Amino acid sequence: MSEPVRTVVVIEDEAQIRRFVRTALEAEGWRVFEAGGVKQGLVEAGTRRPDMLILDLGLPDGDGVDLIRDLRTWSSVPVIVLSARTDETDKIEALDAGADDYLTKPFGVGELLARVRVAQRRTQGSDTRESVFRFGEVAVDLVARVVTKAGQEIHLTPLEYRLLTCLIANAGKVLTHRQLLLDVWGPSHVESSHYLRIYMAHLRQKLEDDPTQPKYLLTETAVGFRLVS
Amino acid sequence: MPAQPNQRPNPDTLLERVQREAAQAERGRLRIYFGSSAGVGKTFTMLAAARKLQSEGRDVLVGVVETHGRSETAALTEGLPLLPAKEIPYRDKLLAEFDLEAALAAHPPLILVDELAHSNVPGSRHPKRWQDVEELLAAGIDVFTTLNVQHLESLNDVVGGITGIRVNETLPDTFFDSADEVVLVDLPADELLARLKAGKVYVADKAGQAAQNFFRKGNLMALRELALRRTANRIEDEVQAYRSDQSIAGVWKTEAALLCGVGPDAGAEHVVRSAARLANQLNVAWHAAYVETPALQRRSGAERERILRTLKLAQELGATTAVLTANDGAEGLIGYARSHNLSKLVIGRSGAGRWPWTHRLHEYLARRAPDIDILEIGRGASNGREMPVARSESGEAEEAQSVRIWDYLLATAACMLATLFLTPLRHYFDLANIVMVFLMVVALVAVRLGRGPAVLAAFLCVGAFDFFFVPPRLSFAVSDVQYLVTFVVMLAVGLIIGQMTASLRFQANVALSREERSRALFEFAREMSTVLEAPTLIEMAQAAVAREFRAEAVLLVIDSHNKLQTVTSAAADIGTAQWAFDRGLPAGLATDTLPGSPFLYLPLKTSMRTRGVLAVKPVNPRFLMIPEQRRQLETFGALIAIALERVHYIEVAQEAVLRIESERLRNSLLSALSHDLRTPLSVLYGLAETLPLTAPPLSDAQRTVADAIQVEAKRMGALINNLLDMARIQSGDIQLNLQWQPVEEVVGTALAAMKTTLAAHHVQTEMAADLPLLRYDAVLIERVLCNLLENAAKYTPPGSTLRITAGPQGDMMKISIADNGPGLQAGQEEAIFEKFARGEKESDKPGVGLGLAICRAIIGAHGGRIVAEPASAADATFTITLPLGEPPQMPTEALPQDEDEYVR
Repeated sequence: MSEPVRTVVVIEDEAQIRRFVRTALEAEGWRVFEAGGVKQGLVEAGTRRPDMLILDLGLPDGDGVDLIRDLRTWSSVPVIVLSARTDETDKIEALDAGADDYLTKPFGVGELLARVRVAQRRTQGSDTRESVFRFGEVAVDLVARVVTKAGQEIHLTPLEYRLLTCLIANAGKVLTHRQLLLDVWGPSHVESSHYLRIYMAHLRQKLEDDPTQPKYLLTETAVGFRLVS
Repeated sequence: MPAQPNQRPNPDTLLERVQREAAQAERGRLRIYFGSSAGVGKTFTMLAAARKLQSEGRDVLVGVVETHGRSETAALTEGLPLLPAKEIPYRDKLLAEFDLEAALAAHPPLILVDELAHSNVPGSRHPKRWQDVEELLAAGIDVFTTLNVQHLESLNDVVGGITGIRVNETLPDTFFDSADEVVLVDLPADELLARLKAGKVYVADKAGQAAQNFFRKGNLMALRELALRRTANRIEDEVQAYRSDQSIAGVWKTEAALLCGVGPDAGAEHVVRSAARLANQLNVAWHAAYVETPALQRRSGAERERILRTLKLAQELGATTAVLTANDGAEGLIGYARSHNLSKLVIGRSGAGRWPWTHRLHEYLARRAPDIDILEIGRGASNGREMPVARSESGEAEEAQSVRIWDYLLATAACMLATLFLTPLRHYFDLANIVMVFLMVVALVAVRLGRGPAVLAAFLCVGAFDFFFVPPRLSFAVSDVQYLVTFVVMLAVGLIIGQMTASLRFQANVALSREERSRALFEFAREMSTVLEAPTLIEMAQAAVAREFRAEAVLLVIDSHNKLQTVTSAAADIGTAQWAFDRGLPAGLATDTLPGSPFLYLPLKTSMRTRGVLAVKPVNPRFLMIPEQRRQLETFGALIAIALERVHYIEVAQEAVLRIESERLRNSLLSALSHDLRTPLSVLYGLAETLPLTAPPLSDAQRTVADAIQVEAKRMGALINNLLDMARIQSGDIQLNLQWQPVEEVVGTALAAMKTTLAAHHVQTEMAADLPLLRYDAVLIERVLCNLLENAAKYTPPGSTLRITAGPQGDMMKISIADNGPGLQAGQEEAIFEKFARGEKESDKPGVGLGLAICRAIIGAHGGRIVAEPASAADATFTITLPLGEPPQMPTEALPQDEDEYVR
């Protein structure tokens, strides 16, 4: 591999989880640094200059969400959150604080690696963004503002288009309802999540083959949406 | 009072009007057929009107109608449903009476109740029929009724004066005035007499001569005039009220109010009636006040009772009543008039004056208050019917009597002692000095024992002086007439001092009892403010009321379901208490409802709701008729009510704290459990999955083992999820995060989550693109769908087809998941939703059967239903219905400002 060695910091208090995450990531060619708590995690994140951060929310010496907020003041490194809690508000809080993605324990290693790859691609691709974004048969020409599906032009209303570009700009990342509403409708509508859901449904009906089994415009239940390509 | 044209609407007035109108809207409407005398055809007219309404399709019930054997009237009742009369045993007879309970239970839109002024048989709920009618109206039932002018309270004595017959059945004018409609049934006197002769009007045999005298032409004409005039007054009031309502100016009888001074004599009743008529004519509010002076204080209990009755009459005639305490009547009345801003004073004409030099009350008043108008009412034309004065047999009076006798004995003893003491000294002292000592004795007796003993002492001392000291000794022969002066002076001194002492003592007593009352109130308030628990409160309140009012007190409070508790019902009648509680009105002793009851039932009202009923059985029933005592009792009631409310809210707050606390404990327990169980599972699952990644690579056998560990760990995870969810649901309320969202979204996420499970099945979805939004908790509904899909995958062979359909049905959204697997066994449709139930009893399929139970709990919390339908032998269908509700409005997308914004 000619690529430079990528580093990841895993902040997790459970040693066994750190162990299998390390095994999985090292098999993918990552260099793994471990931390058992918030303080040590911040030190590792500051000194190792990692390409990725995997963070457990429930840490013994503090809240993972606080760590994300702290981190986001000086770094834009992708953060994947691990959460044992099923409570959606924790995930939303972490995502709103600046996390890129989340996994609920127990999670599969395959799933983790997939998320890591997506986040990695997102940060790398951001430098060389093309003017045409593609997913499935859909192509979105961001310069000409033309959306086609299998070569056919698709009519989108301005708000639908705005929503789509917002998802494209964050492709692969989970966007909370709040973030999307803020971006597309503005600060006065952050509570009107049914707007978002209806426009999302419109987009699916126009762009997906089967809107009830979407492949690209995915719903993260009770949390938000994600565009995968 | 004329309405001023430029008056701005007063908010309080408006509010009062709105409230009055709201109260009126709920009440039934009262129509009174009003006539000058019996036989003018009131009942006939009422029945005719009722028949007309019935023919227009309105339900009419005849509550009670007196036909007096008139065939044409009786004919009219035919075809109208009649309420059976209630039979009440009274003095070994059964008397038929209007059945109020049955009428309330039947709750007809309109009921006919003849003869409004009728007095009910003792033992009925109310003593008067108009009170029954009042209750019917309060229940929202319209009432038609009849009334003769002679039965109106304020005209009672006037009619009595004209006809020479006083009727005992009277109706308060306030009730007559509150009628929504008054229909005058008029018949000229000659015609009535003609009907009487023709036998069309029934005259009771027993009334005999008196009744014959009643139906004289002169009487009938006078009665007709009275009836017409009373009706005209009413109409004028209506017109005025209408006008003022239109301009929303002061209709309210506030200014230029009238004060009626109630005297102790029998004529007071006449004065009160006259004042009531006057107030009505002037359209002003009026007050009636009785001034308790030292002289009046000494009146007999029976007289005092009459005064209280007169005050009660005034109250029935619409007055605000008060008992004042002052040194003399004029002073009290003027003070009250000034403090209540009353500009007119109505008093009875005082007697011819016992002494030529004593001022008549009106002159005295005129001198003391030149700014107040004084109206003097002439003596009643007929004093034929005086207020019956009942002799009270109270122990209190007897006690007073015995004290009196002791006082007189003491006075006699004092005189005897003085004589014994002075006899040996007569040689040393001049007669003038001996007289001085006797005078001192009289003065002391007057100071200590009051006026009566002082008079006795004066007589005794003069007698002793004359007999033992004035020569010739030991004889009453008065040699010198000058000792008569001694006697007169002594008597005068005794009387003056006795009078002054009595007045001082009275004032002191009044001040003392007033202080006693406020002290009792103060102490009670303090006591009530410290209690924290309802049982203690009830106990303390009962004890305090019993102590303060010398009465048996029972406090009935509401339980947590706002029902009156019956546990403490020692002697109090729970039915009456319930009535008082429901109506929010006092009942029982000294009220209009069941006055025969030994208990008085006071509802304990607070701003929020009625908190209970205080039942009081005083040792002496007269006690509660004294306005001050009654007010004191009501204040106690208010304090108890406030205390009860406070205690109630303390309990509410404690419960809330407890609930929050236990919920927090439960939640922290569950989340700790969920964390502690999931973490090792995550480790197990992750390690098993990463095992093949380790170097050196695993052998095939090892790889299979690792895979098996992984699969079992995953299943374990699902089981724990189900158990924890069930625990959460079982522990009480599920916190729903309800949001408006499309159905297809949750179907999509559920299918995505079950992707691997359903890999071997075909999934078809059928739902329209424009389904309405549904309000649901996405996480929980996803869970339901996942459970159903997992079941379908588990119980159908690979390659089967699952069909998911959704669509509105009525006001519900119907979501179905159908498979073409083996189907359900008949009779299993319900059982499978039980906890730990399985489709097949002995099965190699894993799972404990919590999934469907969780589904049912979640759907139930959403207000929906989930059922299993074995549509045919070869497939199973699970159908979820969720309420559609009112989806929020979507703003139509604003049209873009310029064409460029459009995306093609």
